[in-house]
Amino acid sequence: MSESSETTKETSAPVRRISSYIFAVILITLILSLVALYFAIDAWNKPEQQANATLLLVIGFIGLGLSTYMLFQTRRRVMRLSFEILPVMTTITCQKCGFKNVREFERGDYIFKEAGPCPKCDEKLLVSAIYREVPEKPKKEMF
Amino acid sequence: MIPPQVSQWGGDPLSMVFQMVFTLIFVVFIFYGQRIQMYVMLKEVEGSLLRLKYIKEEGRKTAIETIKELGKPATDPTARVDQFLEYITILPESMDPAGIVWKLEHILDVQETRFKDEVKLMAPSADPVQINNLENTLEAALVLNIIYKIIRHFYMLGKKTLSLYIIMQIQMVLPLIMREAEAYASALKAFTYGQPIGDGAGQLVVAKMMYGHEKRKVEKDYVATTIQIEGRTTHILKAEGPGGNVGKPGEAIKQTIEENDGKIASIIIIDAAQKLEGEKPGEVAEGIGVAIGGPGVDQFKVEEELVKYKIPINAVVIKEDVGDAVSPMRKEVFDAVDVAIDRVKRVIMEKTKEGDTVIVAGIGNSIGIGQ
Repeated sequence: MSESSETTKETSAPVRRISSYIFAVILITLILSLVALYFAIDAWNKPEQQANATLLLVIGFIGLGLSTYMLFQTRRRVMRLSFEILPVMTTITCQKCGFKNVREFERGDYIFKEAGPCPKCDEKLLVSAIYREVPEKPKKEMF
Repeated sequence: MIPPQVSQWGGDPLSMVFQMVFTLIFVVFIFYGQRIQMYVMLKEVEGSLLRLKYIKEEGRKTAIETIKELGKPATDPTARVDQFLEYITILPESMDPAGIVWKLEHILDVQETRFKDEVKLMAPSADPVQINNLENTLEAALVLNIIYKIIRHFYMLGKKTLSLYIIMQIQMVLPLIMREAEAYASALKAFTYGQPIGDGAGQLVVAKMMYGHEKRKVEKDYVATTIQIEGRTTHILKAEGPGGNVGKPGEAIKQTIEENDGKIASIIIIDAAQKLEGEKPGEVAEGIGVAIGGPGVDQFKVEEELVKYKIPINAVVIKEDVGDAVSPMRKEVFDAVDVAIDRVKRVIMEKTKEGDTVIVAGIGNSIGIGQ
């Protein structure tokens, strides 16, 4: 693997165990939600318990949603340990004929470094730009 | 399954259970609300601390690997790097502030010499450019280590004393600290590979202006060139690149002023400046004043000369985020360099007349920027 491509990848995160306390809370919520849903289905068939069934159904779904959300949150926190490193590009240009070549940065590149002869006119090539492009997220700004 | 019988409180058992649960939650929150809030904050700080630890370890590993790769040391540099990461700098006493600038300058000079010597010992095969880059890499790793230790200190202190105020103050500033830490993490890669960083925007402006002209070395770690812009003799000053180097712009400007017996019509300083939220990165602004950041020694020196010779001072700044300043240069900032050159030329045309002498100085880290 080249040095340049090493700079572009996302750094790997260490393996991180979910706290047993949080896991227990999520598990209990999940079990209670499933129990509530079971009672809801059971009560639904009895006309005198229709109101209870609706209530249990709501509780069951809320609990199920909450526990899933908590599980995703803990997963997101594990993922956020890593950080993204954006690719850095090097532009090489010929001062005479305007030939332009954009490639990934390689160790040893610097602005105004001579980068060999031009493939078109044989004049010396020059590193004219080194930059990283940050992808802009489209967002509505009020101010 | 749930019998629809009426309880002694007048409702069905389900309502009773709910009422009891809500009452319990209410009572718990009355007595333990603050404690729960504290634990939530502690957990938040803990999460960030874990991330900081990871970033710090990555920094340490990067520094060690780069030293091994470039410096080819005979022995394992790990112990020496660990020792370096614990370095402390004690700033001069300011009870009697007279002469503190010179004391501070001396301390910073000693620190720089010490750092360079350490890097030379760790990486004997590295060339001067690589030594500068390695020094910058180690400094970034050092900053990450300090940030981690300070946050850990407050976290552990808060946990030990269970003081809401200790935990709260660190939790409140944590987002800003994390942004800075992430910026230094990307700076590590930039320094390791010798990529130009956002802070070097000012240096890139002067590098483009002086490219192709004969250069001479001036004080300290700066290069100068003299060109003619519309009949004005323009001395352009840049920190010597492409190694990671900020030089001493104060000394370089002072030397140039003294060489011209103070007969300078205007000084234009170009630097990267921190943008406010809402401003676009790469915006160019101009104004007056000595746009030199850092500990203030160089700004002080230039201001002394300005007062002595009554020289007008102009500043052109390229705005960027604090994170962008130490990360590889953004395209927006790179593109702003040409706009800044036009502004510099316009200031020269408007504020001076033909036959005048002008100084144009670039400020910042010249890593990845030749001349």
